[in-house]
Amino acid sequence: MAKPLLLGAVAYAPKVVTIWEGFKEYFRRHDFEFDYILYSNYERQVEAQLDGSIDLAWNSPLAWVRVDRMARARGLEARALAMRDSDRDLCSVLIARSGSRVATTEDLSALAGQVIGFGALDSPQANLIPRDHLRAQGLLAGRDYTARRFDELSGKHGDHIGGERAAALALMAGEIDAAWMIDGNYLAFAREGILPAGATRIVARSGSYDHCNFTLISGISAASGEMAARFTELLLAMDWQDAQVRPLLELEGLKAWLPGRTSGYDLLMRAVDDEKFYDAEGNILATDYRY
Amino acid sequence: MMQKEIYLLPIIDIENLGLDAGAHLLVKYGLRAIPPGGELRVVGSSPGWETQLSAWCRAQGHGVSMLQQDGRLVATVIRGAADAGRWHGAAHAGHSDAALTGAVADQALSCWGLAARGATVEAGAPDIHFRLDRKDEIWADTAAVLYAQAVAAQWNPATAIDWNEPFDLPVVVEDAVVQLMTYLIENEVAALVVPARFLGQLHPHFREIQALLAIQVADEARHIEVFTRRLRLKGREPALSTAGGQASLKTLLDESDFSVAGFLLSVLGEGTFVSLLNFLQAHAPDPVTRQIARLTARDEARHVAFGMSHLLWRLQQEPQFRMRLANAVQSRNDALADTAGLNEEVFDALILIAAGEFTPQAIAAGYVRVQQLIADMAEGRRVRLERLGFEKEAALHLAALHTRNFM
Repeated sequence: MAKPLLLGAVAYAPKVVTIWEGFKEYFRRHDFEFDYILYSNYERQVEAQLDGSIDLAWNSPLAWVRVDRMARARGLEARALAMRDSDRDLCSVLIARSGSRVATTEDLSALAGQVIGFGALDSPQANLIPRDHLRAQGLLAGRDYTARRFDELSGKHGDHIGGERAAALALMAGEIDAAWMIDGNYLAFAREGILPAGATRIVARSGSYDHCNFTLISGISAASGEMAARFTELLLAMDWQDAQVRPLLELEGLKAWLPGRTSGYDLLMRAVDDEKFYDAEGNILATDYRY
Repeated sequence: MMQKEIYLLPIIDIENLGLDAGAHLLVKYGLRAIPPGGELRVVGSSPGWETQLSAWCRAQGHGVSMLQQDGRLVATVIRGAADAGRWHGAAHAGHSDAALTGAVADQALSCWGLAARGATVEAGAPDIHFRLDRKDEIWADTAAVLYAQAVAAQWNPATAIDWNEPFDLPVVVEDAVVQLMTYLIENEVAALVVPARFLGQLHPHFREIQALLAIQVADEARHIEVFTRRLRLKGREPALSTAGGQASLKTLLDESDFSVAGFLLSVLGEGTFVSLLNFLQAHAPDPVTRQIARLTARDEARHVAFGMSHLLWRLQQEPQFRMRLANAVQSRNDALADTAGLNEEVFDALILIAAGEFTPQAIAAGYVRVQQLIADMAEGRRVRLERLGFEKEAALHLAALHTRNFM
C-alpha cells in the first residue's frame, strides 16, 4: 500500500468522524491513499504540522494565522490548497433586541456601559474580530463596555457554535445587551426560534473575512507536491450532484470546494496582534487561554 | 412583488421583511423563475438585510454582490446550481392515483423508502428494505374501495351497542357465553397479529393495501374490546383456552406468504367466522351478544372480501398458484392432525347458547342448530373455493379439511 497523505483535523463535534471517514472512502474510490488524525484542539494540530506528524491540516482561520507565522519564522511557506465556497467573505454581526437603546441609536456610542456577549476566547468570529472591530471604533472592553464571554470548548477556535448560541439565549433573556455571532449563525438561530422574527436587529457588522482552509507547509510534509496536487484535484472534483458525495458536503457545510486563497485573513491577523493572542512567530500570548 | 426595471433584470423588493423573519422565501421564489447562472436583483429596507442576504446566499451556494444605485443599495444574486443539483438523478416513484397507467410498480424499489407514491425521491436516500415489495404478491384492485367502505363503516363500541339493555341468563348459559367470548378473543388476536405483521413488511408504495391492512387491524382491536366487554358484563373473568385451539391459530402466524396467509385466515377462517357470527346474531340468548355479532360480522365480511379479491387477482396472474393454496390446506390439516381441534367446551357452549336454557328440549333444539351451523360453514367454504376456481370435488374436499377450530 502506498503511504497515505495524512490529514490533521480537529474533533470539535462527533460528526467530524463521519465526515473524514466519508472523505477517506471517497479518496479510496479514486485510488488515492488518504488517512486522517484527529486532534482535540487546533494548537496541538498546528504544532503537529510543524513537526511533520501530518502532511496537511484542515485549519480554522486562527490556526492558519498561527501556522503561517510559525512557518515563516522557520523560513518555510504555508499554502492554502483549498477552501469551501462557504468559507469566503463571512462577516460577524452584533445583534441587539429591537427597541433597546443600542438598537435604536444610530452610532455605536450607545454601546457605552452596556454588556456585550462574546463567544469563546479563541473564536475568530465571535471574539477576536468583534473585539478588534469595536477597538477600531474606539471602544475597549472594561473601559467602555463590559465583555461577557460565553466560552465553550476552548481550543476549537469557535468551531463549536455553542458559545454563540449561549450568547443569543442570554440576549433574549435580557442578561446582556448585545451579542456577537457569525452572520450565518444569526439566520440559523432565527430558524431555531432562539431569535424570534423581528425581535432583534443588527447594530454593527465586521468587515469580510475568510474561514477555514486546507494548509500545506512546503518543505515539511513528506508528501510529494504531486500528491498534494492530486488531493486538491480530487477535492475540487467533488460534485454536489453526486448523491454519494452530497451528504459529506452537507455535513461539512458547503456546495463546492474552491481553490485556497489567503487574501481573506488580514482582519484576523490585525485582531490577533491587537488582542495579543499570538506573537509574530506564532507563540501563544493569551494568558487565560486553556485548551 | 416582482418588478421590472429599465435594465430588464428581474428585481424583487423584500421591503422591511428581514431574512430572520422569512424574507428568504421571496428571494427563493424569485430565483426559481430564472435559470442557474441568471441574476436577480433584490432591494430591501429592514436593518442589515444586505448582511442577512449575503449569509443566506453563501449557505445556499448563490453568488451575491452589492452596489449603490440611485441612492439605495441593490443586491445582485446569481443563482447557483446547488438547489437544482440536489434533484439530479432523482427517482420518480409511480403516481399517487392508482388508476393511472404505470402508477403502481410491479416491483417497488428500496430506495423509494417511505416516500409518498408519486414523489420525486432524492438520489442517495437510504435503502429501506420491505420484504413485500412485489405487486403480484399483495395487490388487489378493490383495496381502495374496500378501505373506503371500512372507513365509512367504523363504529364506536361505546355507542353502537346498548350495554345497559337488561337481561338475565341462566348461569350455565352465561357460562357458555363467557367461554365463547374467551374463544373469540384468542381467534381475533390471531386475526389482528397476522395482518399487523404483514403491514410492517409491506412496501409503502402499495398505499391502498397498507391502508386496508391497517384498518383491518383496527377492526380486530375493536372486536377484541367488545368481546372482552361482553365477557365481563356480568362480572366474569375469561374461561378456558386450549392447546389445540392455539396450535391451530399458530399455524396462521407461522405462514410467511401473504397470499397463503390471506387464504387460510380470511377466505377460510374469517369466512367461517362470518357464519358463526351470523349464527350468534340469530340465536344468541341475550341482546348485547346479538348486537355485537351483527356489527363484527359486517367487518369480518369485508376482510373476507379483501382476501377473495387479492386471491382472484393473484390467480389471474399466476393460475398455478391454486395448487399452492390446496397444498397449504392439506399441510395445515396434517400439522393439526394430532390436535384435538375445536375446544369441546366451545362446541358445548355453542349448543347451550343456541338452546338458551338448560332443558332437554332446548338442548335438543340447540344441538340441531349447531349441526346446521357446521354444515353451513363447510358450504360457505366450498362456495368461496369454487369462486377461486377450484373444481367442485376439490372444493368440497378442501372445505372439509379446514381446521375444526373454525378460524
